[in-house]
Amino acid sequence: MNYRENENLVAFAPFGLENSWTLDAYRSIGGYQSWQQVLSGELSADDIIDKVKASGLRGRGGAGFPTGLKWSFMPRNAPGQKYIVCNSDESEPGTCHDRDILRYNPHALIEGMAIAGYAMGATVGYNYIRGEFFAEPVPRFESALREAYEAGLLGQNINGSGIDFDLHMFVGAGAYICGEETGLLESLEGKPGRPRFKPPFPANYGLYGKPTTVNNTYTLASVPTILRKGPEWFAALGPEKSGGAAIYSVSGHVEKPGNYELPMGIPFPDLLEICGGIWKGRKLKAVIPGGSSVPVMPGEVIMECNMDYESLREAGSALGTGAVVVMDETTCMVRMLERISRFYYAESCGQCTPCREGTGWLNRVINRVIDGKGRSEDLDMLVEVANKIEGHTICALGDAAAWPVQSFIKHYRHEFAYMIEHGGRSIVEADGKAAA
Amino acid sequence: MSDDQVTIEVDGISLPAKKGQMVMEVTDDAGIYIPRFCYHAKLSVAANCRMCLVEVEKAPKPLPACATPVAEGMKISTKSPAAIAAQRATMEFLLINHPLDCPICDQGGECELQDLAMGYGRDISRYNEGKRVVADKDIGPLVSTDMTRCIHCTRCVRFTEEIAGFQELGTMGRGEDMKIGTYVEKAVNHELSGNIIDLCPVGALNSKPFRYRARAWEMIQQATVSPHDSFGSNMFAHVKQGRLMRVVPQPNDEINETWLSDRDRFSYDGIYSTDRVIKPLLRIDGEFRETEWSTVLEQVSDRLQQTDAAKIGFLSSPGATVEESFLLQRIARGLGTNNIDHRLQARDLGDSDNDPVQPHIGTDIVSLESADAIAVIGSDLRREVPMLAHRVRKAALAGATVSFINPPGQQYQFSHQYLATELTQLRAALGALIGAAEVATGKIAPDSVAQRVDRQSHDETHRAVAESLAQGERSHILLGHLAQRHPAFTQIRALASVLADMTGATIGFIPESANAAGASLVGVLPHRGAGGEPVATPGLNARQMLADALDAYVLFGFEPEVDTVEGAQAVETLRNANFVVVMSPWLSEQALEYADVILPIGTFAETAGTYVNLEGRWQSFSGVATPVGEARPGWKVLRVLANYLHLDAFDYNDALEVTVAAREAVPVELQDYRIGPMPSMDGADFGDDLMPAPISLYGSDSLVRRSRPLQRTPLARGVGES
Ligand SMILES: Cc1cc2nc3c(=O)[nH]c(=O)nc-3n(C[C@H](O)[C@H](O)[C@H](O)COP(=O)(O)O)c2cc1C
Ligand code: SF4
Ligand code: FES
Repeated sequence: MNYRENENLVAFAPFGLENSWTLDAYRSIGGYQSWQQVLSGELSADDIIDKVKASGLRGRGGAGFPTGLKWSFMPRNAPGQKYIVCNSDESEPGTCHDRDILRYNPHALIEGMAIAGYAMGATVGYNYIRGEFFAEPVPRFESALREAYEAGLLGQNINGSGIDFDLHMFVGAGAYICGEETGLLESLEGKPGRPRFKPPFPANYGLYGKPTTVNNTYTLASVPTILRKGPEWFAALGPEKSGGAAIYSVSGHVEKPGNYELPMGIPFPDLLEICGGIWKGRKLKAVIPGGSSVPVMPGEVIMECNMDYESLREAGSALGTGAVVVMDETTCMVRMLERISRFYYAESCGQCTPCREGTGWLNRVINRVIDGKGRSEDLDMLVEVANKIEGHTICALGDAAAWPVQSFIKHYRHEFAYMIEHGGRSIVEADGKAAA
Repeated sequence: MSDDQVTIEVDGISLPAKKGQMVMEVTDDAGIYIPRFCYHAKLSVAANCRMCLVEVEKAPKPLPACATPVAEGMKISTKSPAAIAAQRATMEFLLINHPLDCPICDQGGECELQDLAMGYGRDISRYNEGKRVVADKDIGPLVSTDMTRCIHCTRCVRFTEEIAGFQELGTMGRGEDMKIGTYVEKAVNHELSGNIIDLCPVGALNSKPFRYRARAWEMIQQATVSPHDSFGSNMFAHVKQGRLMRVVPQPNDEINETWLSDRDRFSYDGIYSTDRVIKPLLRIDGEFRETEWSTVLEQVSDRLQQTDAAKIGFLSSPGATVEESFLLQRIARGLGTNNIDHRLQARDLGDSDNDPVQPHIGTDIVSLESADAIAVIGSDLRREVPMLAHRVRKAALAGATVSFINPPGQQYQFSHQYLATELTQLRAALGALIGAAEVATGKIAPDSVAQRVDRQSHDETHRAVAESLAQGERSHILLGHLAQRHPAFTQIRALASVLADMTGATIGFIPESANAAGASLVGVLPHRGAGGEPVATPGLNARQMLADALDAYVLFGFEPEVDTVEGAQAVETLRNANFVVVMSPWLSEQALEYADVILPIGTFAETAGTYVNLEGRWQSFSGVATPVGEARPGWKVLRVLANYLHLDAFDYNDALEVTVAAREAVPVELQDYRIGPMPSMDGADFGDDLMPAPISLYGSDSLVRRSRPLQRTPLARGVGES
């Protein structure tokens, strides 16, 4: 199978076209056809939801929740304002597909949001974009939005259809926690980004207390292609329960890091090959397959694995955001974990006890180990502390902080033990391998 | 079983619950304790501390009881190994950055964290890294801070936002560096700020005046009632070896819920002010000499008996207890005079016969909350009765339309209609409101009104106020202290009654001080005896008594220089009297000029007594502190004085016997407070110079004026008012 057929592209479909981010380029591949069908009354809200369900599309923001099902939770016909919100806060380390969608195919997102809004009875949409995207993605999205308005694709009573859809852009101030959907809503309301406890869920009590659905950029940008090419086509791209394509954001020790939109379920060795293999001819040590929060997998385990939701779950990790972090044999796993734990420590919003207090604790102990002051009992304690955070917090950031600690110590305990016994010296240095 | 009823099972016990309730509410009601820090029944749910995690059958992870809605058949274990493990986990996290120095923390012994750590904590901390240190904030004279101890439960933040109504950012920063922010500095400048002390589960926010004065276990807790306003807040006095060390709220959902105003909480400092009178003082040859009680009382009795009763004036504080008031008026009448009054601040006493026997708000505190419309006329509500303002705010948040017809400049932290009206224009505003009510209801105002005021010049706000009163099924008009002190009070009351009549609203007064209602009921009035019985020949009222000197005066529990309409004039009059008896806990400098005898009586804390609150509730309390020096409870002093005067039937053995006697003299059934016949429109003269002064929050009575912490607040100094 040639994974790299243009035929297989979903959100990256116009890539390669000149000025692919313009309305003309997008239209040239059939863009806005589905939205026109909606406007002309050929595509009903029920049809849309049925098709999205049939496509097997799952949320690309990390949790992989079936999108059609999520949309059906919205009280579509209840009176009052409802909202569709796009999550472009993309901040999970390793993840960068939304950035490219905003840069190269912003119209797919606009069309996807308009369709989603219509399907759920939401006449207003917001795209929440992370602050660090101000240089390129934000202006691209902004000008696409202007084009869409000028072309009469958005607004009130669009083309006399009686359908309203207004779309606004909001630029965040750069906080990972604002990617958590309720933290995002708080931030959008002008408050500090602190996740809300659930229930109630956004579909009942969302933005300004109104029914709201939050979807990831990639999720929404996939919708127009699904409707255009049919849910069966989309579902068939991937294995059962993992319909469609995934954008693997491959980073780390490969020859050609980058974003690759490929059919779901591609075997990891094939993905690695597409990325040019491990750099400098070295050996693979470990992979984090779905963004820094998901459990790390030893190289030999992932080499047997397909890259889709179910396969990775069975193998003890997760597809998450599809951000694949590849580590070669020179990587010191203790330092790697320190870097990851520092991120969650810095990004905890601080409202709930286990995450506020626990993330700092974890990071300090790991740093102490690196400083050569580790104690043998530290390793069990780290795992215990992580266990005490996991499942005890308001939002999943706590879990995200716990999983790497649990998995790194599970698979690479000897590296931690070595460092503790050797006053802070890394096992990779002892092996004569250069530190990464 | 109705539709919104469900049954849940907690630790094997079946419990009924209402849909929408959180597990914690149900278990609290059933007396099953789940540990918590952030949860507070009166505040919104934050679910941030994670102390209340419990095991719920079929749930993949432990759930917070405070934020988990009940569902039919839900099975909850609060003490299963998984639940306890989760609770212990949270406790360990809470303690890692919390100082473990309970012996030097003022909260020690009454700390929620300390208590729960005994049950859920480890003996020794496993945390060996550096601990967080947070700089303290100076947030004023009432609340001390020790921010390193903060566990980020955000109760103080939620209180300030939800109850006090100040919308400021609560927490600053992120993660471990999250701090309760600058906003607290601002937030403490309001009349309910001390509640954050109770709410703070740890030693981060404490009482500054009480700091390091005593340990919780050294004190005895005794119930008492607020002496400062007619709300009747229930309080606990904490007493160490006879000395009142601090005051905290006594929860009572029908009155003050779990709150106290700062005035109630911090006034106790004044009990021990340096100007307390320790021994009876008698003026001998122009000099005050400390004298034995028996000698002084004999003197007083002799002098009073020698004076023509018609030339004696009795003036009493509206904050005097029922017992004191009752005995004082019995003495006056026993001596043969009706010259007695407690209405020290009233300018217009022209239509007293139409006064309700018992002034009250025309409804009860709890009902006020579910009102449709409330119009507050002539009141600086937050300063007069802070807790009533809180209830009105709750009503507004629950959807009531609240209107104020008040002098400009007052701030209320909820949506309301404000008819800014200088006091000189109050009658005109009411005229316009009556006109607006004519439009709203199609009714016509009585002729008497038509002749007196212009009803035509109403604008949109007048019409909105009148409409809200007319449309609401439960509408209330409240006349505040400024209205009652107004030189045209009679007319204001008459106009407000017409407005009430036309719109179907109830009408009520906010009684002055702690016990104006009680004083009225037991007859501290020149025209009525106990129970409102009209007297044959009415005596002089307060203003008349203080206008021209009588021969003798008995002053009970107030300072004429500040507590009467024209203080300077009052002092002048008293100076010209032959004989002035002052019964007061404190010695004011002015009293030295006019008093002949000063009898030290106890403050509210040093006497048993009863106050009748603004909804007609009689609340009795006992003395909680040992009287300072030789001060004696006021009722005892009056009883003994009566014995010296050889008055009949004064052989009460204890305060309760006086209470019972007073109660028997008063009809048990309260009249529905409506001003019966159309009151007369003829009031006293109306002069701008006699307009009441702005209400002073911390100048309201002698005790408050002597509380050093309250006097140091920005609110007392009148700066930076919020
Ligand atoms: C700490 C945290 C950070 C998150 N950050 C992002 C993010 O940057 N982008 C995103 O799409 N989803 C993020 N999520 C997931 C969202 O909460 C939410 O599940 C998602 O936006 C739903 O969209 P989907 O169903 O299309 O995946 C984050 C979740 C957590 C707990
Ligand atoms: S888990 Fe962490 S990030 Fe999420 S709400 Fe709690 S403190 Fe905030
Ligand atoms: S009491 Fe429930 S989380 Fe704090």
